[in-house]
Amino acid sequence: MDILTLFVVIPFLTITGILFLNDTRQVRLVAAFGMGIQLIMAGVLVFLYLSARHAGNTDEMLFIRDHLWFSSLNIHYTVGVDGISVAMIALTSLVVFAGIFASWEVDFLTKEFFVSLILLASGVFGFFISIDLFTIFLFYELAVIPMYLLIGIWGTGPKEYSAMKLTLMLMGGSAFILVGLLGIYFNSAPDGGRLSFNILEISKVNIPIAAQRIFFPLTFIGFGVLGALFPFHTWSPDGHASAPTAVSMLHAGVLMKLGGYGAFRVAIFLMPQAAHQLSWIFIILTSISVVYGAFGAIVQKDLKYINAYSSVSHCGLVLFAVLMMNQTAMNGAIIQMISHGLMTALFFALIGMLYGRTHTRMINEMGGLMKIIPFLSVCYVIAGLASLGLPGLSGFVAEMTIFVGAFQHPELFYRVVTIMAVSSIVITAVYILRVVAILLLGPTTNEHHEHLTDAKWFEKVSVITLISSVAAIGLAPYWLSSMIRVSLHPIVEKIIAISPF
Amino acid sequence: MSLENFLIMRHELFLMAAALLVLMAEIFTHPDRKMKIANFSVILLAIIAIAGFIPGASGTLFGGMYETSGTRILMKNILNIGALLVFIQSVTWLKKEENAEKISEYFILLISTLVGMNFMISSGHFLMFYIGLELATIPIAALSAYDRYRNQSAEAGIKLILSSALSSGILLYGLSMIYGTTGTFYFHEVASHMTGSNLQILAFIFFFAGMAFKISIVPFHLWTADVYEGSPVNITSYLSVISKGAAIFILIIILFTVFPVILATWQKTIYVTSVLTMTIGNLFAIRQQNLKRFLAFSSISQAGYILLGFIGGNQLGMASVIYYILVYIFSNLGAFGVVIAISNASGKENINEYNGLYHTNPGLSLIMTLSLFSLAGIPPVAGFFGKFFLFTAAAEKGFYLLVFIAVVNTIISLYYYLLIVKAMFINKNEMAIEKFKSDFLTKFALAICVAGIAATGFASIIFEAIRNLSFGV
Repeated sequence: MDILTLFVVIPFLTITGILFLNDTRQVRLVAAFGMGIQLIMAGVLVFLYLSARHAGNTDEMLFIRDHLWFSSLNIHYTVGVDGISVAMIALTSLVVFAGIFASWEVDFLTKEFFVSLILLASGVFGFFISIDLFTIFLFYELAVIPMYLLIGIWGTGPKEYSAMKLTLMLMGGSAFILVGLLGIYFNSAPDGGRLSFNILEISKVNIPIAAQRIFFPLTFIGFGVLGALFPFHTWSPDGHASAPTAVSMLHAGVLMKLGGYGAFRVAIFLMPQAAHQLSWIFIILTSISVVYGAFGAIVQKDLKYINAYSSVSHCGLVLFAVLMMNQTAMNGAIIQMISHGLMTALFFALIGMLYGRTHTRMINEMGGLMKIIPFLSVCYVIAGLASLGLPGLSGFVAEMTIFVGAFQHPELFYRVVTIMAVSSIVITAVYILRVVAILLLGPTTNEHHEHLTDAKWFEKVSVITLISSVAAIGLAPYWLSSMIRVSLHPIVEKIIAISPF
Repeated sequence: MSLENFLIMRHELFLMAAALLVLMAEIFTHPDRKMKIANFSVILLAIIAIAGFIPGASGTLFGGMYETSGTRILMKNILNIGALLVFIQSVTWLKKEENAEKISEYFILLISTLVGMNFMISSGHFLMFYIGLELATIPIAALSAYDRYRNQSAEAGIKLILSSALSSGILLYGLSMIYGTTGTFYFHEVASHMTGSNLQILAFIFFFAGMAFKISIVPFHLWTADVYEGSPVNITSYLSVISKGAAIFILIIILFTVFPVILATWQKTIYVTSVLTMTIGNLFAIRQQNLKRFLAFSSISQAGYILLGFIGGNQLGMASVIYYILVYIFSNLGAFGVVIAISNASGKENINEYNGLYHTNPGLSLIMTLSLFSLAGIPPVAGFFGKFFLFTAAAEKGFYLLVFIAVVNTIISLYYYLLIVKAMFINKNEMAIEKFKSDFLTKFALAICVAGIAATGFASIIFEAIRNLSFGV
């Protein structure tokens, strides 16, 4: 059994284990244990990957395993990772681990909750390890469908509406992706030879530009729906707000990165010429996402909605950077995916903990919580500072890299949109600091909240895991960015052949 | 008639023997112990279904009127599996008092339709095709009216027989024009005499219209909802899966072998009808409350997706159609199996009566969810693979816009399938259907359906075997 397939097998074993248990305590322990093993495996993978690269292995993808599945259509089960995938796998395992602890107190149909959550996680892991388009698509859809049950059963507020809207819109995105994938497949052998679903093989072929101009927009929009591309982002605020805590963490933290990763790995990597020609349309849309998402967050009164719009803004920034198509910007995009993933997971975890205590998410009903629950408040402040890009935390590293990379383009268009996107830093600061001020600082405004308990042990585990990762990337980003930069070489070479910036 | 010839016709002969054996069992059984006939019929059909897979001779008989090949035997075997599942699911329903007098009639009529379908699939001559078609249709009309105590059942039977008669008439008119222009009815000879003249195109249109009725393609679908709702639920499942599947099989064989000259014409026809079928089937399914009507409209839209496999005229297309029918048999019979079990136990057939089903009957809810996801095309169940291959077949010949419309329709269908999932898992109900235990045969049939849904996708050997037996235009 190769190490990569283990990332899909371990969740399935955990699910099987949970299905046979009836006691809630045991269910939680098995889930935590399983995802703990997954986290350790991710660490092992990072270590193995770095040592392989250090030993001089310069293959595009490492740890490749290939099994022929449907020979008539040349569909394989192929897995492999490069630095970017490894980073995303590490992110996912961190967020899932933290999510299990954040949902420690789910008491309604606990078994089914953890089964659905881990099923979702397995779909995400499968997505990141696959390099065959069919398998990627299979795992992508597998990751979307448990959302319906997770939000519909365990959510709050207009949960049925949000769940249905989210599921239908995300599947709509996968509709676009499917047509795009079939287009790529049938154009993957323009000079004769076998058609292929394998990403590495297709990347060595030049898909005819006419086909690229049709299928690049389809694929990019398809992944963009998940990555909060304006105007397809409307599932996100309601979906995140109605979802239970761990589901929001997983969704904003990891699932939305599927969109960014897919856009990068499938749309741009395989169709770079069309990406270069058509990028201006999507750059405009993504910069609207960034700015509009930030403005949207300012007017919200519900904590979760603020965070949801903030996620729209930050994930829009990922797509924005990926479309800039130069090494620095793409490096920044990947770091932003990881940084925002950790950060938004942290945010949603904290909001869930606050909600569990105060039973409200409206900012004007809470106030002065810093004196009452200092641990959680301090963590919230740290999360906020990471979001607005304070140096020393990961948000700064990511955003700075992105904006420097984006500004490298000399044309006026790129510089203008970069300036527009940079303005989002200020807007982010407004809504973050405003919430911190109203919520945490100052005198206590609601006497019902004067006897709240501070974080329990499982909440502390969850929050500290994420904060330490955010700080680690913020203080010492070099190991991460060099791992990514090496893996960006294949696509950067393709892009430089098209345009130098 | 040598032994070799008997063996070539073995599928039909076994089925006819089975029908006679059931008839004799009826004569020799004591009136109080009629249930034995039900078990006996199930065992007979199980033997036939398994025996069908044993490789044997294939060839032509009766001067080319009857023809078997690996492809057609595969199609017959798939239908046998589906019929076996329907038989197993019927046994519990037949235990009821009002049905106990007509057990052997039920099985004899069903086996007769199977014989008709087998002959239809093995036809090499339009007359054999028509005889098979009629033999497949008329007993079902009698079965639709099986339930003497409900007016709707009689209404369903009459609607079915009248619509069938009309569509057969149209079909025959088309066939007569084919004879008029080519002078022969043998498939291969008609194919070689096809010139694509206007009269032949008209003949094709009439032929397609007659067949479209059988497959419930828009705009020939109007009989479907009422007949499915009025018939007893087992007959509904048989109609939606086996009857439709057989018609689709023979249609694809005839289109690919007899009409390849006018490929462009039938591609246009299928394009338009496919878009109409998927869209209208989906839009009407959204509003349905009765589960039988709901599954009727859902199966109308499924026929629309299957037409995508026809449109390319390629080998992958035929393979994906055959594969999808197999997957569709498991998925639809899984969904119907749950509906049958709940209907037998409580008589409830409306979606809002299914609210809160997960809390009382989790197993049935999960099986229903799995079947609905397979119908919707969600991974990792087999329906995803089936739909993917259909879309790939259409995309191979450049019909990307059609694939896009199909995928959008899949999303719309996901909405109404999720409505049932929502009812079972999310909606609250103080008077939910009570917990009941199903008997062994129901559980067995549902287990086979679940195994089929789970395994048919991942086991690539099934699709590859089907593809090896398929052929293109």
